[in-house]
Amino acid sequence: MSTDLETTTPRSYASYTRPVWWRLLLSREAAVVAALVAVILWAIYFVPFFGNQLTMTFLLLDVAPIMLIALPMTLVIVTGEIDLSVASVVGLSSVLLGSLVDHGWAVPAAMLVALLAGLLCGLINGFLVAYVGLPSLAVTIGTLALFRGIAVGLLGTKAVTDFPQRWTSLAKAEIGGTGFPVIVVPFLVLALFFALLLQYSAFGRGVYDIGLNAEAAQFAGVSVARTKLVLFVMTSLVSAFAGIYFTLRFSSSRGDNATGLELQVIAAVLLGGVSIFGGRGKLPGVIAGVLLIGVLSSALRLQGTTVNVINIIIGVLLIASVMSTSVLAWFSDLTARRHNRGRNQSGPTTLAPAGVGNPKEVDR
Amino acid sequence: MKFPNGKMAGFAAVTLACSLALAGCGAGNGGGSGDEGSSSKKTAVTFIPKNLGNPYFDTSDKGGEKAVKEYGGTYSQVGPQEGSPDAQVQYIDTEAQKHTSAIVLSANDPKALCDSIGNAQKAGTKVVTFDADTSPDCRDIFVNQATADGIAKVEVDMIADQIGDSGEVAILSASANATNQNAWIDLMKKDLAANHPKIKLVDVVYGNDDDQTSFDKTAALLQKHPNLKGIISPTTVGIAAAARYLSTSNKKGKVAITGLGTPNQMRKYVEDGTVKEFALWNPEDLGYLAAYTAKALVDGDISGKEGDKYKAGKLGEFTVGSDATVLLGDPFKFNKDNIGKFNF
Amino acid sequence: MSDLREKDHHVSDRTDHGLVSATDQLVAPSRMSPGQRAFNTVVRSREFSILLVLLFVVAAATLSSHSFLFGGNGWRDLLLTPSILLLLAIGEAVVIISRNVDLSVGSVLGVTAYLTGRLFIDVPGIPIVVVVLAGLLAGALLGLVNGLLVGFGKVPALVITLGTLYIYRGVVLTWAGSNRINASDMPSSFGDLGTASLVTIPVLFLVALLVLLVVGYYLQTARGGREVYAIGSDPAAAVLYGLRVRRRVISAFVLSGALAGLAGVVFAARYGSVSSSAGTGIELQAVAAVVIGGVAIFGGSGTVWGAAIGAMLLVTINRALPTVGIPDFWQQALVGALILGAIVLDRVLATRRARRLVEARDEEPGEPVPTAGATA
Repeated sequence: MSTDLETTTPRSYASYTRPVWWRLLLSREAAVVAALVAVILWAIYFVPFFGNQLTMTFLLLDVAPIMLIALPMTLVIVTGEIDLSVASVVGLSSVLLGSLVDHGWAVPAAMLVALLAGLLCGLINGFLVAYVGLPSLAVTIGTLALFRGIAVGLLGTKAVTDFPQRWTSLAKAEIGGTGFPVIVVPFLVLALFFALLLQYSAFGRGVYDIGLNAEAAQFAGVSVARTKLVLFVMTSLVSAFAGIYFTLRFSSSRGDNATGLELQVIAAVLLGGVSIFGGRGKLPGVIAGVLLIGVLSSALRLQGTTVNVINIIIGVLLIASVMSTSVLAWFSDLTARRHNRGRNQSGPTTLAPAGVGNPKEVDR
Repeated sequence: MKFPNGKMAGFAAVTLACSLALAGCGAGNGGGSGDEGSSSKKTAVTFIPKNLGNPYFDTSDKGGEKAVKEYGGTYSQVGPQEGSPDAQVQYIDTEAQKHTSAIVLSANDPKALCDSIGNAQKAGTKVVTFDADTSPDCRDIFVNQATADGIAKVEVDMIADQIGDSGEVAILSASANATNQNAWIDLMKKDLAANHPKIKLVDVVYGNDDDQTSFDKTAALLQKHPNLKGIISPTTVGIAAAARYLSTSNKKGKVAITGLGTPNQMRKYVEDGTVKEFALWNPEDLGYLAAYTAKALVDGDISGKEGDKYKAGKLGEFTVGSDATVLLGDPFKFNKDNIGKFNF
Repeated sequence: MSDLREKDHHVSDRTDHGLVSATDQLVAPSRMSPGQRAFNTVVRSREFSILLVLLFVVAAATLSSHSFLFGGNGWRDLLLTPSILLLLAIGEAVVIISRNVDLSVGSVLGVTAYLTGRLFIDVPGIPIVVVVLAGLLAGALLGLVNGLLVGFGKVPALVITLGTLYIYRGVVLTWAGSNRINASDMPSSFGDLGTASLVTIPVLFLVALLVLLVVGYYLQTARGGREVYAIGSDPAAAVLYGLRVRRRVISAFVLSGALAGLAGVVFAARYGSVSSSAGTGIELQAVAAVVIGGVAIFGGSGTVWGAAIGAMLLVTINRALPTVGIPDFWQQALVGALILGAIVLDRVLATRRARRLVEARDEEPGEPVPTAGATA
């Protein structure tokens, strides 16, 4: 604090140094939304039958579980943690629903049990990560195997496919004649809830703070452990709900339902602009990311392309979207350095190869 | 600090809503570019096997392709990587979207596919099942390779013959929900109980029509039941994997293996003595017949009623039996003497 | 300061030596003879306890059914079946020690297994050695892609390898389509390798053992190996210290890829039939084996010996379950419980050791030890 006071840059938020239109249109989230719109337009004009109303219905039906789970997963990743066990919770809730209905239970009662199971799974995850302090990657790999194993163990290789017509039709019903499946309603409710939670509540600010610097957040009064616990519980609860939907939609309760779903959810979330380091990300981008993957899969399937190509595309998109952050940061680093030659400023440097749990990037 | 985020969120939400509406608007136009398949008179037939990468279905679908080309339709084959019903549902839905004329399907589950099949039928698609049926009320016709009784009996007879009608046997099946497998296993149990009291069925394991799993399950079977005398595997993937494991183990020749297999896959093991005899029908003929059945349905020649007659190319004339089922023929036994004559 | 000089520098996680005073061992030169110290180190190590668990499982299974170990192929299968996972676990361990993770090993295995079959079909008469080398090279190339993206992209390995998992699997699916390689497509001498034995020990297991010895020795004694530990332990410090972090990380991924490639060739030899779904899901088993084997998920500690024993333990449990009467559906649940148990145990031990270190630091000889809080 000396004569440099005049020449040192006044404290500024990187995000406000640009005009509004720049910030809105050139953000990560806007890029994903633009990509989504572009792909939809391409598909409508070049892929036969894509423009059918049926396509949108099937697309939404297919992508609904991923959309649902991506919502709380966003919050989890923003805090810098990860939850790989979501697909296993889907499978477990599916198995519980199936075996209870098979034993004569009423569907609503079985659904309740499945949701409770999801709650329990979330408590286990959250407790181990937040209170025992274990790394979430390792814990959720363990619970991924544990929950999936319990699901498979309960049903064995049997599958329950006999569900009351009323419920399976409900899972696939459409709202009036619009072609939007009924599942869109709970999704919109949850999306609204999470968006409000994230943007307009102290809890949400806490989530971002934890992602940026957990220790600072703790000292600033955010209850880090409790927040993380709540997040993991919410994720598992929503996964259990997605499992109920999955089961009723396909009328099939099997131990290996939804295997590999967690990777699709994480791919969609990362595609949507959420930083894996934590501290950054918005829900609209994530929703756009999920829809992008869904639209691409649906369009390619209609074209007759096989699943494989879709996999390759998702993988490339994922890597490209995550690397673009680094590439952009490198560019801005170059220009900043050229711009600030002579000043005591250091651009954002990450010293080490990245692993989960590294020094966080400075918020752009 | 809240305001700009809200604004951005709002903007993005509006864009998102627009894109969703776009998709909906596109729906309002009722079909984008590209032809509507049902308007052209070409019969579009899509084969959906239990899973891809299965030599049995490769052969059957090849037969189907031959038939479709013969009568001038368009053929395509799609399917999931694993034999699970929810994966098949998505493909059936896609066919409904494309207004395909007919689907020829080998079902992974009797009931789970019914809703999608219903959708497809509402869109005008004819649904023929072959090899593995769904529940009879959610398909138009089932083309069966042979009676379930016949298949079960021939396998039990072969194993009884090969182990001297007494001892422990086990069954290596495909997936636990496959309709055809379960039907055959039930009948085999009944046959064993009624006609072969000295043979004891000690285990039924599931290889999921996955080669590696079947291989490992065979190893586990042999290890768990040291007195095992025979294995029946009513699935071509299972019997091939089991034979391969047996041929490199010290139980070769001591434990009999039989079931349903394809000659090309089993030739090596018949020749080196691991397998004495096994049975099958000609899957190519099965696919061929199923494709012609689909054509007959699409053209309106038959409607699935009992007694309907139609011609299936070079296979001749067929009559629809009860439960809207068509039978191909009887199972055929392969052994060292005749295996050289076949190539599938 | 100098009190800590004699602290045994050993890589594996150790608990305190309960026989002498709890904190003595940490700050004073060891009073035991070198032989005693070595014995104590081994016995107290995590690797030894997992080995005991493995032996226990084998014993329980053999008691239940003699043929698990003694009948016919029991011994052979005991060593042969885990060979594939063993190779994967070794590579995965090196990557995890460097504070990264490689989720694409299953897909790499699929690619190279299919490549093996294709080479035999398309190039008749190709010598087996060439095919093995081709598999290794292909795997190393795929691993190099991972390494470059992680090293230069400054993105967590979790995400990169997640993406390459999709990409490589898609490549093999597109390449193979619905074709599969059958045992009859490959020369019988190759198939025989799958079950050939040398003094009752399967050849494929010997290969895995050889790799284990080489990699383990390198990590333990060579400078490059020690640097991997340093990088995993504290990447920022490693950079400041002048270590070539990027090079080591890339090499770790190349090694992991190469070993996955070798595992693909072994897969083709063992199972004889390759479809495009070969190796799906095995990456999580590899990570599980490594975690159970004592390697911390955040890197910096653990050994490949532990990872190898972890891999053998996982596969043996899977094979032993039906023998003791537990339907093998429960195998995955058991694996999950084991992983959770392993990391909780790691945490408990680490906390206890940290507390003891603090006590040792604060304690003066002769003075009572103040109760120190645990620094988690």
